[in-house]
Amino acid sequence: MKLLIIEDEKGLREVIQESLEKEHFLVESAGDFRTALDKIVSFNYDCILLDIMLPGGNGLDILQELKNLGKSDNVIIISAKDSLDDKLKGLNLGADDYLTKPFHIAELTARVKSVLRRKSFDGKSTIEIANLKLDPDERTLLINDQPLLLNRKEFDILMYMVVNKNRLVNKTSLAEHVWGDHMDEADDYEFIYSQIKNLRKKMRDSGADVEIQAVYGIGYKLVQP
Amino acid sequence: MNLLNYTLKYLAIALFGIISIWAVIFYMNMLDEVYDSLDDGLDNYKLLILEKVEEDPATLSRTDFSEANYEIREISAQRANQTGQVYQDTLMYMLNEEDLEPVRMLTTAFIHQGKHYELKVISSMVEEDDLIEDLFYSLFWLYVALLVSILLVNNFLLKKVWQPFYELLAQLKHFRLGKGQSIEPADTEVKEFKELNAAVKGLVLHTLDTYNSQKQFIENASHELQTPVAISINKLELLAEKNDLSESSLESVGQVIRTLERLTRLNKSLLLLSRIENRQFEDTEQVSFNAIAKQLISEFSDFAEYKDVAVSLHENADLGIEMQKDLAVIMISNVLKNAIVHNYKHGTVDIFIESDSLKISNSGAQQALDPDRIFSRFYKNSTDNGNTGLGLAIVKAIGDLYGFQVGYVFDGLHVMSIHFK
Repeated sequence: MKLLIIEDEKGLREVIQESLEKEHFLVESAGDFRTALDKIVSFNYDCILLDIMLPGGNGLDILQELKNLGKSDNVIIISAKDSLDDKLKGLNLGADDYLTKPFHIAELTARVKSVLRRKSFDGKSTIEIANLKLDPDERTLLINDQPLLLNRKEFDILMYMVVNKNRLVNKTSLAEHVWGDHMDEADDYEFIYSQIKNLRKKMRDSGADVEIQAVYGIGYKLVQP
Repeated sequence: MNLLNYTLKYLAIALFGIISIWAVIFYMNMLDEVYDSLDDGLDNYKLLILEKVEEDPATLSRTDFSEANYEIREISAQRANQTGQVYQDTLMYMLNEEDLEPVRMLTTAFIHQGKHYELKVISSMVEEDDLIEDLFYSLFWLYVALLVSILLVNNFLLKKVWQPFYELLAQLKHFRLGKGQSIEPADTEVKEFKELNAAVKGLVLHTLDTYNSQKQFIENASHELQTPVAISINKLELLAEKNDLSESSLESVGQVIRTLERLTRLNKSLLLLSRIENRQFEDTEQVSFNAIAKQLISEFSDFAEYKDVAVSLHENADLGIEMQKDLAVIMISNVLKNAIVHNYKHGTVDIFIESDSLKISNSGAQQALDPDRIFSRFYKNSTDNGNTGLGLAIVKAIGDLYGFQVGYVFDGLHVMSIHFK
């Protein structure tokens, strides 16, 4: 899987690159408009992360170029501007998703994987990990081929942990992904713990071979012991 | 005291002085002229009498005024020499007035056929007290007439001439920074007003400019801070993922991440505040607060459950308001979040939706918060570290943007209310 990051902010580009490489993706990057244009014309990427504000040009023009090349369906726009206008334009030009900066890397990873999943399996996909089978569209979970009923939030948590498996998922990132943006300031997200506890118990009772570990003070990690 | 009365006060005092002095001078001049004229008359009369004496010596025996206005008496030569020609004021009984009235009397001496005679001629004179009274009344009415006409003219002038001034004043009275207003002074021919208009306009533009650049600065600063802080958090997460960290190091990393996340929240809130104040939320729609309340209660249900707080919704009416939807959600979620956070175990939160208002009451510390300060930025009543102290300031800013009344009362429960008009 080959990914391209088009982002002018060096620090952010490096962090994204390092993090995605941990997921065993092949990651290339471009820091300005010209380089980005050269790369998209010359190579094919499975997913492109595109910043709108770039030195030398507008990211939306790159998107237009990708559309002309018929390659715009795997683009995730990452923009500093929370602008509805840009979002609509981007999605109209065929971009798959729109993420407002600043974002959590775990969230980005989840979005990237979602794009790749849709692309690879023509929209039909199940994720298999250890003895778990998740269907993100049907929102079902099979453990050892036995269905396990999860409520909406438990499923969202598990799904988010699974796409970020073996990675440290920050509590804040998890809370924002599952509970939405309004949960900030809410007592250090301690309330997440009770949900995780329920989820752990259900999975343990069903004999799941994965485990959600707490990483002290930071968040959680899904591991396969 | 307005300008009209103020000028009138000084004009009244000044006019009073001027008219008083003028009255004295006028009175004296007039009296002088009257005397002059009387004396001329008396002199002329004297000559006529002297002629008559030449023709009719019987005249010399008129030693008493009686019906005529002169008397002649024989005197010694020595006394005649002393007499000369003297005009004087004296009193004489007047039949018509039945009183002593002032008369002007000329006393002179003449020689007729070697004998010395004294001649006294009188003329009825102005009654000074009457004159003064007449003068006083006419001057008094003049004074009043002057004041009234000044009042009228001034009133008219003030309205007409000062109109640009009052217009400017009215605009300045309603001028508020950050409301997107500017000052548009009326056209005027008067140089001073032109200068005033230009000066005020310049001042306002400069102030607006400074204010806007300040706001822009806050917005830009918050914006620019976002990415570096996010990168720092991400790098720390990557650091924590490396398995070579001890538990105590992980704990430290976790603390730094939490601190940075607080900074992120603070930044986000500041950015939101300045975007609200910069009126960057323009698109409005009919927002149902009933729907928002239900949605937020469901979003907060896990959190409320964790805090063991019972949230209940009391819909007494359908509340629909034309506004930006995100802001409506932020407004309610900030109040609701506060109500849940600053609560105790088994506490309650009640949301009341009326046709023109929304109230959220919650149990909590049995002590009222300072209603003047809770809506100000960075006001914190608790030592809760997760709290940015901006939540209610944002609620207030949104209220101000749309002209809603946001208030707080404590009646055993903490009650936040938003009145929509």
